[in-house]
Amino acid sequence: MTRRRQVRKLGNAVALGLSLLATLIGLACLGAILWTLVARGISGLSVQLFTQMTPPPGGTGGLLNAIYGSLVMSVLGMFIGAPIGILAGTYLAEYGRDARLSSVIRFVNDVLLSAPSIIVGLFVYEVLVVRMGHFSAIAGAVALAIIAIPVMVRTTEDMLRLVPQGMKDASTALGAYPWRTITSIVYPAARSGIVTGLLLAVARVSGETAPLLFTALNNQFWSKDLNAPMANLPVVIFQFALSPYKDWQQLAWSGALLITLAILLLSVIARLIISALPGGRSQ
Amino acid sequence: MAVVTAKRAARQRSGERYFRAATLVAALLVLGLLGGVALSLLHGAWPALAHFKFAFLTREIWNPVTAQFGALAPIYGTLMTSLIAMLVAVPIGCGVAIFLTELCPRGLRRPVGVAIELLAAVPSIIFGIWGLFVLAPLLQRHVQPWLIAHLGPVPGIGRLFQGPPFGIGVLSAGLVLAIMVLPFIAAVMRDVFDTVPDVLKESGYALGATTWEVIWNVVVPYSRIGIVGGIMLGLGRALGETMAVTFVIGNAHRVSASLLAPGTTISASIANEFTEAVGDLYTSSLVALGVLLFVITFAVIAAARFMLLRLDRRALSGV
Repeated sequence: MTRRRQVRKLGNAVALGLSLLATLIGLACLGAILWTLVARGISGLSVQLFTQMTPPPGGTGGLLNAIYGSLVMSVLGMFIGAPIGILAGTYLAEYGRDARLSSVIRFVNDVLLSAPSIIVGLFVYEVLVVRMGHFSAIAGAVALAIIAIPVMVRTTEDMLRLVPQGMKDASTALGAYPWRTITSIVYPAARSGIVTGLLLAVARVSGETAPLLFTALNNQFWSKDLNAPMANLPVVIFQFALSPYKDWQQLAWSGALLITLAILLLSVIARLIISALPGGRSQ
Repeated sequence: MAVVTAKRAARQRSGERYFRAATLVAALLVLGLLGGVALSLLHGAWPALAHFKFAFLTREIWNPVTAQFGALAPIYGTLMTSLIAMLVAVPIGCGVAIFLTELCPRGLRRPVGVAIELLAAVPSIIFGIWGLFVLAPLLQRHVQPWLIAHLGPVPGIGRLFQGPPFGIGVLSAGLVLAIMVLPFIAAVMRDVFDTVPDVLKESGYALGATTWEVIWNVVVPYSRIGIVGGIMLGLGRALGETMAVTFVIGNAHRVSASLLAPGTTISASIANEFTEAVGDLYTSSLVALGVLLFVITFAVIAAARFMLLRLDRRALSGV
């Protein structure tokens, strides 16, 4: 009997030890990546990075045009994607809450949420780039919008559902139509939640490389033309990292550090807003 | 007075109509997006699919000069790298999830959990350049020579470890993928394990079970479907991942028995070659690869989402 107990205790210790080991290995790998990123990226951080264009091989320069392009396309992408995502989320949470159509849409949205982003790039290439005849910042923004929509749909629906039914009933009792209730009561009540969704979507979108490769392409020069190829951080990182030039590789690391910091900052802010919500997930 | 109210009421009514229609249109747009993607990809892939027919799936050749294209090498590379990634990431991810839900001191649970979730948000290109500049040289210098010397001569599995240590290749790509999907799998698994009611676990402990026995006999059976769903969601991500793989796969359209040899995946081929592809058949073949990827990942993700339906939807938000 005692022997059996010893075996069980030993099994327990071994299993739990392995799980601890797994956690340590996992965190060590991820820590190593972040450490390398900071160590290699930080030496390239300078004012130059934010004031000069991407250089030709061997020259010195910065990432100004790429940073600008990434900002423009992310903002434009959100301008296209956010209204669609919010409206669709509104339908799922309010008008079509229990409709059969809604469960299908929810399922499709979940699939889109994890669909490979390179497929989105191919799609936009087929429907926009081929028709327009050239790569453009607009095509890049549309690709990013398509990535952002499922994120917005999901968070909007979740956040609208947190609004207490009593508030909506009160509005209805005053004789308001549902659209009045939604725009005047539900949206303001869920505002911080929707903002969180926006932040998460921007975070998701700003690191995406694959959908931009053959939509926005890249541009070595300063360009404000939305109808022309535009530089952007992820594609610049991709091309510079694979190049044999040391200067370019250094810029790639610095760009990677910038992107990661921006995304982590956005995620942390979103998390803080969520944890401050009354009905939000508190873990 | 009565006229004014009637007008206002009419305005409210039409407002209701337009707003309702707008939300419905947006919702249908989401639905149409998936169909649109499928149709436009099929349209773009049609020339290649019509030209090569089913041989496209089974031929290894990829020759832009003679315009002969087959998808066997990318398909093999996609499946092989994802398999390696899953073999590494699933056990470690499970371990992390078990640690977080059952072992971790309360005070540590939140910081470690949040750290893992934040890491899941790091863009994949970061993992890619880390793989290229750090992991690949490390494997080339220290790990691969050992594998070749010690596992190479072993009959059977030795075939997986032949050839020179390139550093980049199928094995490296699989490992980078593993590290990339690890936080994702760990986060989903933790959410799945969290759905097990405390009462069930407490009954296990009350019967005198050890922590491991409770995990193995209560937590795992209860959350079995969710576990499989979480693994498949991670698999869907690994299959379609582009940037983490493209840097370290080597982009060689070859099916090699050795894991150390360069290969390619569907997404890496598209990312590397699409903008440089000349000729309709070449472009179309790459889009056809996209169709294959779409079909494979759609099946995996749809199955995963179906299994995870039981899970509280909000527990998975942001994933």
